[in-house]
Amino acid sequence: MYQYDSYDQAMVDARVEEFRDQARRRLEGKLTEDQFKPLRLMNGLYLQLHAYMLRVAVPYGTLNSQQMEALADIAEKYDRGYGHFTTRQNIQYNWIKLEDAADILADLSRVEMHAIQTSGNCIRNISSDHFAGAAADEVVDPRPYAELLRQWSSFHPEFTYLPRKFKIAVIASEKDRAAMRLHDIGIRIVRRDAGEIGAQFYVGGGMGRTPMIAPLVRDFVPLDQLITYAEACLRVYNRYGRRDNKYKARIKILVHELGAAEYTRQVEEEFAHMLAVGVEPPREELARIATYFADPAFAEGPKTLDRSDPDFALWVDRNTHRHKHDAYVSAVISLKPVGGIPGDATADQMRLVAKLARDYSFDELRVMHTQNLLLPHVRIADLHAVWTALDQAGLGAPNMDTIEDIIACPGLDYCSLANARSIPLAQRISERFAQAGRTEVVGELKLKISGCINACGHHHAGHIGILGVDKKGTENYQLSLGGSEAEDVSLAKITGPGFDEDGVIAAVEKVTDVYLASRTDGERFLDTYRRIGMEPFKEALYG
Amino acid sequence: MKILTGNDLRSGAVTWWNGTGWSLFVDDAVDVGDEAEEILARETAARRVNVPYAIEATIDAAGHVRPAHIKDRVRALGPTVRRDLAVPTADKTGWDWVI
Repeated sequence: MYQYDSYDQAMVDARVEEFRDQARRRLEGKLTEDQFKPLRLMNGLYLQLHAYMLRVAVPYGTLNSQQMEALADIAEKYDRGYGHFTTRQNIQYNWIKLEDAADILADLSRVEMHAIQTSGNCIRNISSDHFAGAAADEVVDPRPYAELLRQWSSFHPEFTYLPRKFKIAVIASEKDRAAMRLHDIGIRIVRRDAGEIGAQFYVGGGMGRTPMIAPLVRDFVPLDQLITYAEACLRVYNRYGRRDNKYKARIKILVHELGAAEYTRQVEEEFAHMLAVGVEPPREELARIATYFADPAFAEGPKTLDRSDPDFALWVDRNTHRHKHDAYVSAVISLKPVGGIPGDATADQMRLVAKLARDYSFDELRVMHTQNLLLPHVRIADLHAVWTALDQAGLGAPNMDTIEDIIACPGLDYCSLANARSIPLAQRISERFAQAGRTEVVGELKLKISGCINACGHHHAGHIGILGVDKKGTENYQLSLGGSEAEDVSLAKITGPGFDEDGVIAAVEKVTDVYLASRTDGERFLDTYRRIGMEPFKEALYG
Repeated sequence: MKILTGNDLRSGAVTWWNGTGWSLFVDDAVDVGDEAEEILARETAARRVNVPYAIEATIDAAGHVRPAHIKDRVRALGPTVRRDLAVPTADKTGWDWVI
């Protein structure tokens, strides 16, 4: 994985000291909150319901064991012994003190991490396929390109004060495991028939208040023009994005209002201009970056395993993914124990995961946008040992992509923007289905819960989505069906009037009943919904 | 009753105006009546508490203060899903009225 050079380290260290001085002045009363707020947000420090919250970037979800151990140490030393992995492959700490914040950033810098650009109207952490570098179906490893974009976007002076926040995802396979088309810019690395590799650009997707699927803006950008094209996309947005209205300021609104064709025309015009200016990094830089993502020394080994333990076999079936080397798999570490808080991990669990990465996965880890962790390169021969260790630590839930694998934002339990709690719903739904033995029966079903319209819990992209709203001072939940963040991307549609907490849990059971009664062989919940439409579900809920 | 709340500058912890300073315990909150604006202006200038604001609340027969809005009730005790991390309270029925 990428390692800082002296420039990277100096930039991050300088930012730590700059923030230390800013925090000191705030603590001494020399800065008002209005003055300090934009400064702390530039360093990922929010003020939430109960305390400051620090969001730490995990670039394209990749980290090593030393970094994970540092995250565990921070959880223990400065927080309350745990962290929360997010839907943008980051980690958040919920109980941070302002007086500790600079020390935490210094600790992060020592392991080549930071919290820069995890908030504010700038280009946020670049996200990617969590199986990048391991997946059998990828054209290339997308992470060198994600890293190039990270370096280009870090402290980019022109894009530090965009009309609104800006999120980019990079993938390199037909399968979309990064919600690529629900980003401000989604990039898919593709190979043409002639073998040439380039990038498709999708621009103007997003969730939030106004969910939109990004249209294709260009079907092939040569990789030696990748940054120039991204720069052109941003420049048009920066020039015409709606700075007058926060709710219309995302690029998706600009692309929608201009129309994809007119937006594309303007980007192409800007692109031609930028090509002449020459902003593309030298090819040698991409080559330098790519050396950090070379395959580890995969070894030959057994390609089959002993499946006599049914619990192990179930976990293998559910939580492992085909690897590009046939003696290896990628192993998903579920942070969704039945009744647990999605995405939360204790310091001890983080340390165990770090040890497993060191012992069994070439020191590599990934954070998944589904709020799980991943060991990308595990020898099939080592899989039982890995599972045994995970299971003993409460990390062995065999539930990837099932109704227990719920994405849930922190909701009203932590977040100052939320209108309703998300986590208790996730806990109760996973308990209800697990106890009834329905998880396996239902199969693949992606349920996503957001506590407010900002949609951090990706409810628009859930096969079943739940949105918490404030109804005259009480929690109320809207149910929606038919969303997908994958290559078959779609936006969920609201079923009808909302429910209280008990009601929405019962409603989830009812819609799965309709699915089970209506499905044909091999159909997922989403497939059945798309075939039979909303009406049978509405009839069951409101008829 | 009208009470004042904010987050402590140093720790970010939820605090409540107790008449002379800021307390971690909602039960210490006092009715500020018509003085809310004056106290908020003074405390904002003092910069000890982030963005203090006034909210409606009630007080029960046992003297327990209950913020009117669900968000402030959650703030008063802590995350409902991590009661082990809750703000200590003498109110044995505390979790009954949060939601």
